[in-house]
Amino acid sequence: MNLDVILFAVIAGATALSALSVALTRDIVRSAVWLLFTLIGVSTLYFLLGAEFVGATQLIVYVGGTMVLVVFGVMLTAQQQFLKIKTAGPEWLVGGILAIALFAVLVHVSLGFGENHPKPATNTLPSAGPLGTAFLGNYLLPFEIVSVHLLVVLIGAAYLARAKRRSKEEGRS
Amino acid sequence: MELGLTPYLILAAFLFSCGLLCIVTKRNAIGILMGVELVLNAANVNFVACARYVPGFAMEGQIFALLVIVLAAGEAAIALAIILNFYNNSATVDVDRADELRN
Amino acid sequence: MALPVKDLFSFLPTPFDMIAGAVVAAGLLVTFVATSALFFIWLERKVSARMQDRLGPTRVGPYGLLQTLADGLKLLTKEDVSPDVADKLLFNMAPYVAFCASFVAFISLPFGNGIVAYPLNVAAFFVLAVLSSEIFGVILAGYSSGSKWSLFGGIREAAQVVSYEVPRSLCVLVPVIVAGTLNLNTIGHQQQGFFWQWNVFHDPFTLVAFVIFFIVATASCKRAPFDLAEAESELVAGFHTEYSGLRWSVFFMAEYASMFAVSGAATLLFLGGWHTGLLPFEPSEKFGWAGHLLNLAVFIFKGFFLVFVMMWMRWSLPRLRIDQVMMTCLKYFLPISCGLLLGVCVWELYVPNLVENSWKIVAGVGTLLASILLVVKLFTGPLTTPNRELPGVWAGRPTAITPP
Repeated sequence: MNLDVILFAVIAGATALSALSVALTRDIVRSAVWLLFTLIGVSTLYFLLGAEFVGATQLIVYVGGTMVLVVFGVMLTAQQQFLKIKTAGPEWLVGGILAIALFAVLVHVSLGFGENHPKPATNTLPSAGPLGTAFLGNYLLPFEIVSVHLLVVLIGAAYLARAKRRSKEEGRS
Repeated sequence: MELGLTPYLILAAFLFSCGLLCIVTKRNAIGILMGVELVLNAANVNFVACARYVPGFAMEGQIFALLVIVLAAGEAAIALAIILNFYNNSATVDVDRADELRN
Repeated sequence: MALPVKDLFSFLPTPFDMIAGAVVAAGLLVTFVATSALFFIWLERKVSARMQDRLGPTRVGPYGLLQTLADGLKLLTKEDVSPDVADKLLFNMAPYVAFCASFVAFISLPFGNGIVAYPLNVAAFFVLAVLSSEIFGVILAGYSSGSKWSLFGGIREAAQVVSYEVPRSLCVLVPVIVAGTLNLNTIGHQQQGFFWQWNVFHDPFTLVAFVIFFIVATASCKRAPFDLAEAESELVAGFHTEYSGLRWSVFFMAEYASMFAVSGAATLLFLGGWHTGLLPFEPSEKFGWAGHLLNLAVFIFKGFFLVFVMMWMRWSLPRLRIDQVMMTCLKYFLPISCGLLLGVCVWELYVPNLVENSWKIVAGVGTLLASILLVVKLFTGPLTTPNRELPGVWAGRPTAITPP
């Protein structure tokens, strides 16, 4: 036993438990909180793997940005005090069978794939500096595509969520 | 006992299945969005774990993980804008009621 | 040389020595956060009292230093009420989420040359990321209380912090570009020497970036004049309206911890970290343990000073309206910080060494002289004003009760 194994067991257990709770909880805000814990667990896993920059990015973008947005959405669309929309029994059955079958297939594949890759000698991954250089070198095209995509998202979200003033003015006149 | 690649892959598979379960069973549009986030995170765990364990993949794995994080943030923003519009039009976020285009 | 907490327990078998070291480091940090929060609450009351011409707490302990402890005991014995309509699980969890977020930031904050719990390579980024997730506790508290005042507070907080995160990150990037690394320990090292070597005096852009970072950090700690989330005059107490007893005090701990965390980050990024600014060498390498202690004291003093300035601002300035808060961020701070980012890149690329060095000395010495002048002026002026006259800059103006 070494520390990596213990840490992985604790973090992975917590992450998996919260991920399961996301799917099983009916209350949408609690679901969001469990998703928050899953995301934090995943970012801890990145730190454990030595990918510090990716872990910190996960924290700042997902936890600080996306999750706040999601909870904001939940608050804006909640009609009753705490929003619950029930799911019928057969849907649970179908969904459960589907998920378990997929999990079985994926585990089968990963058992075959994972055994060929033992623990590497180095304990570090390239950090912010090399990643930045790579983004401006070999990976310039995906970087540019992502930035254009973000611009499109910015305009699109602002257009979709804008306050609809025109109809009000028409009503007044 | 050494920590190999397999535990990470299995964890990612579990997260993916939970995300799928979430997408299939939730009727709340925001719940479905959360399921999608789970699925994307599962993929990301695979990317970063492979960056660590598969030789020659150290850079690619991290870069694709970063791209996925950025795209997921954009996707969440657009999806929430759409959901808010849907809510403004039909006063609910139940996706089963989004059937105005039928017939 | 790093502080050898890690090696203290080398007599234990392999996983346990690291676990024991981690527990000791975490315990030290918790102790520091808790005691400094106690001190800050006392300081806040004293500062506010002095600014309002009162004495503040005086009864418990010397200068009322133990007042916070007494208050803490009172809070412990209070009944822990939660509203009937609240979502109990989230309601109970929210304060701890907020506290954990601001506590985790201390993990990668170096308190001296290598005195850091975990030397992260991307520490500057990590501190920002963790501090920005503190709002989650606030939003949860606001939502789960089942009270509209709390919900308003939570939503305002979310809008405010998400907007202020952007200029804050851009302002952090300015010294990071100067340093060429995200490692806070290395950034601290680079500012070794006299005080004009500090990043804040590096060029005009870092000077402005420091001011903007400080204001924006105050806003993201939800401190007055930006404390819209708990505006008493409008929202009762904002997101913590429904909290009482120990949970309420955990929110306060979180607030003071994040205040010190951003002040520490500002100290490391702009104000020379643990360097006194008067010694041309690294004290911990010359004097060993004594040097480490000096570093620790200097760093904590600088952090406490910035926290004191935050309190000073809080009791001097009136609260902004929510639209003014958003406008200040989006119309002013965001474009200015984008401009700073471009400016510092140009400065780094094209400005010759001579100009750079002379700017450093001019800015450093100028700031020192200006602050000395300010302090002298503050202390030599009359401490009391004559009857029926106005103090300070208003001296000589007519008032309603001045005899004609």
